[in-house]
Amino acid sequence: MTSKNGKDRLIIKAVDSAIDHFGENREELIPILNHVNRTLGYLPSEALEEISNRLKSSRSQLFSVASFYHMLSTKPRGKHVIQFCESAPCHVVGGREVWQTLKETVNLEEDETSPDGKWSLITTSCLGLCGVGPVIVIDDDAYGNVTPEQIKDILAKYSD
Amino acid sequence: MMKYFRTHILVCVDPECLSKGAHDILDSLNDELVATGLIDEVQVLETSRIGACSQGPEMMVYPEGVHYAGMSVDDIPYLVEEHFLKGRIAKKFILPIKSTKDEELSAPTAKEIRVVLRNCGEIDPENIEEYIARDGYMALAKVITEMSQDDVINEIKKSGIRGRGGAGFPTHLKWKFTQREQSDIRYVICNADEGDPGAFMNRRVLESDPHSVIEGMIIAAYAIGASQGYVYCRAEYPIAVKTLNIAIQQAKNLGLLGENIMGSDFSFELEVRMGAGAFVCGEETALMNSIEGKRGEPRPRPPFPAVRGLWKKPTNINNVETYANVPQIILKGADWFASMGTEKSKGTKTFAMAGDINHTGLIEVPMGITLREIIFDIGNGIRDNKEFKAIQTGGPMGGCLPKQYLDLPVDYESLIQAGSMMGSGGMIVMDEDTCMVDIARFFMEFTQEESCGKCTPCRVGTKRILDILERICAGHGRQGDIEQLEMLCSEIKQDSLCGLGQGAPNPVESTLKHFRDEYEAHILEKRCPAKVCKALIRYQIIENTCTGCTVCARNCPVNAISGERHQPHFIDPDTCIRCGICVQVCNFNAIEIV
Repeated sequence: MTSKNGKDRLIIKAVDSAIDHFGENREELIPILNHVNRTLGYLPSEALEEISNRLKSSRSQLFSVASFYHMLSTKPRGKHVIQFCESAPCHVVGGREVWQTLKETVNLEEDETSPDGKWSLITTSCLGLCGVGPVIVIDDDAYGNVTPEQIKDILAKYSD
Repeated sequence: MMKYFRTHILVCVDPECLSKGAHDILDSLNDELVATGLIDEVQVLETSRIGACSQGPEMMVYPEGVHYAGMSVDDIPYLVEEHFLKGRIAKKFILPIKSTKDEELSAPTAKEIRVVLRNCGEIDPENIEEYIARDGYMALAKVITEMSQDDVINEIKKSGIRGRGGAGFPTHLKWKFTQREQSDIRYVICNADEGDPGAFMNRRVLESDPHSVIEGMIIAAYAIGASQGYVYCRAEYPIAVKTLNIAIQQAKNLGLLGENIMGSDFSFELEVRMGAGAFVCGEETALMNSIEGKRGEPRPRPPFPAVRGLWKKPTNINNVETYANVPQIILKGADWFASMGTEKSKGTKTFAMAGDINHTGLIEVPMGITLREIIFDIGNGIRDNKEFKAIQTGGPMGGCLPKQYLDLPVDYESLIQAGSMMGSGGMIVMDEDTCMVDIARFFMEFTQEESCGKCTPCRVGTKRILDILERICAGHGRQGDIEQLEMLCSEIKQDSLCGLGQGAPNPVESTLKHFRDEYEAHILEKRCPAKVCKALIRYQIIENTCTGCTVCARNCPVNAISGERHQPHFIDPDTCIRCGICVQVCNFNAIEIV
């Protein structure tokens, strides 16, 4: 019971802070969703409900926006989110092999989260770091010129 | 008054250097400079890629122009003492000049002209004074004090500049259409949703010279009478967003943005809006929906944004590069700008070169230059001495052009005639080992995923094309597939709502046109000529070359290789998963792909 209340409190806090920052305004919906998504790792339905009340906007409308953008997730994500750039410039310089190794190392397929909640594996559109492809991003850290051999060492940095 | 520093240290904080501890180096440098009492004489700054990140962390020291790399935190006390205290260059960490290379932007070659990129890597993007020192905001001052709205639009008209986002619509017309609409409020938007894979010209400009874009936008706002502007930047570019916000704040502080700009009665506010990861938002009407907080789906045009744009008000929307050109046009004059380029495509264009080319990175060239000059003179040819096969221009909605187009001049019309397009400026060079059917499939996978789903031709059509291409690559191509692809392409092109759908078939159409034989080989002979499509290739051991060393058999992840020591080995094609590890480990080149 307490943990559920704790979770609810966290959600309300995240929504509050986003709305404080951007204003209680329907036009600010995407920045607000982005902010909450960043704070909580995803957009729980309780958060969408709270935002919908505050912005006086229907939940269906909110969900239609939340489900449209790749960076917003309505499913829980792992503690560390690994983004793999799947764009052509990375593809032609060995991205395919890196992707294969990445999937095998964390034992996940695209858009999956590991059962222990540590990793989520997603693909991203071009990050504009094409000069140093293949590129992967873990949380906010970008890694360039990645080879399959480096994957293990890179992931080891996120040992917590 | 500006503070004076005798020495500036620029530490690279690009991803690769960060992963090698650039932050710790920065902290340690600051600590050590404080400890030695040099902190008021030596300034430590963060900068983007210097060019030796592979040997990072790295830093540049000015005015000496010394490039250090490969030091660790423990080396900083030594470095500070030697160089900044005693004035002796620390040879231990110095990089020879020849190996310093900005991987994104190297020194311009003879065929390049830097207009849009002129400040990139030269100034500190987080310091407005450095931009001003390079004639920054002079154009704005000229516009506000000397020119009327029509003067500005006429100057832009005379320069002949066309939209750098790819479609090439004349910029002055957009401005004129927005200006003449009756409305109490008008908007200007900068499209910084640079989503084309392989294109990062705009990111570099935003990160390295944000004020050129901001100044261009203020001038546009003045010309059309707008009081509010937005830069819509994709969320994949967090550094660009940060730099822009800093730049906007600095411009505000100096009275270059906000109320009564430069003491005139012209006021203009500017805000950054961040996307949330949707490629289609680069389409102008989808982008406006996204700014309004809606799903980023395109709206039917007409009405065009100039008539009914953001919040149904007249809106001028241009690309980052277009705005970055504007201050230069005003300052140096339309004639100067029009002296570069071809009859119909004036000025320069930035391109991001990627793929199998020796020099990847950004270039800026006059319009009308040939693809051959770009690939071989500037890009230094194809990697590993391989054969050039094709160049993909125009992003995922562009096309692939083969050898016979190498002498094609790069301008809006020529590229479209050849079946590709200018696009925002990504160029991907492919060598002989590239399978064009696989490339078409790859791009279609991208567009299919990014299709917003609003209109049926794009939503369903791209999926159908992808199904067929996947089938062909998997070795299940059928007679009639090519004809069906052609039919789908022409339907989708005609009937889609926005540029994404209308351009989606281009990669397929252009490869069908120029590399039809590869499609036929896949479909009729079940053969992939470039040996890429896994279902159509087989690894086999050349009996006479194999020494029976067993390395391949020991490394095969699925135990598909059998054979006695010192005897030729054999790969079982039914078990083999075509991972290619055996080829990599074989010391005798005894494994071939057939």
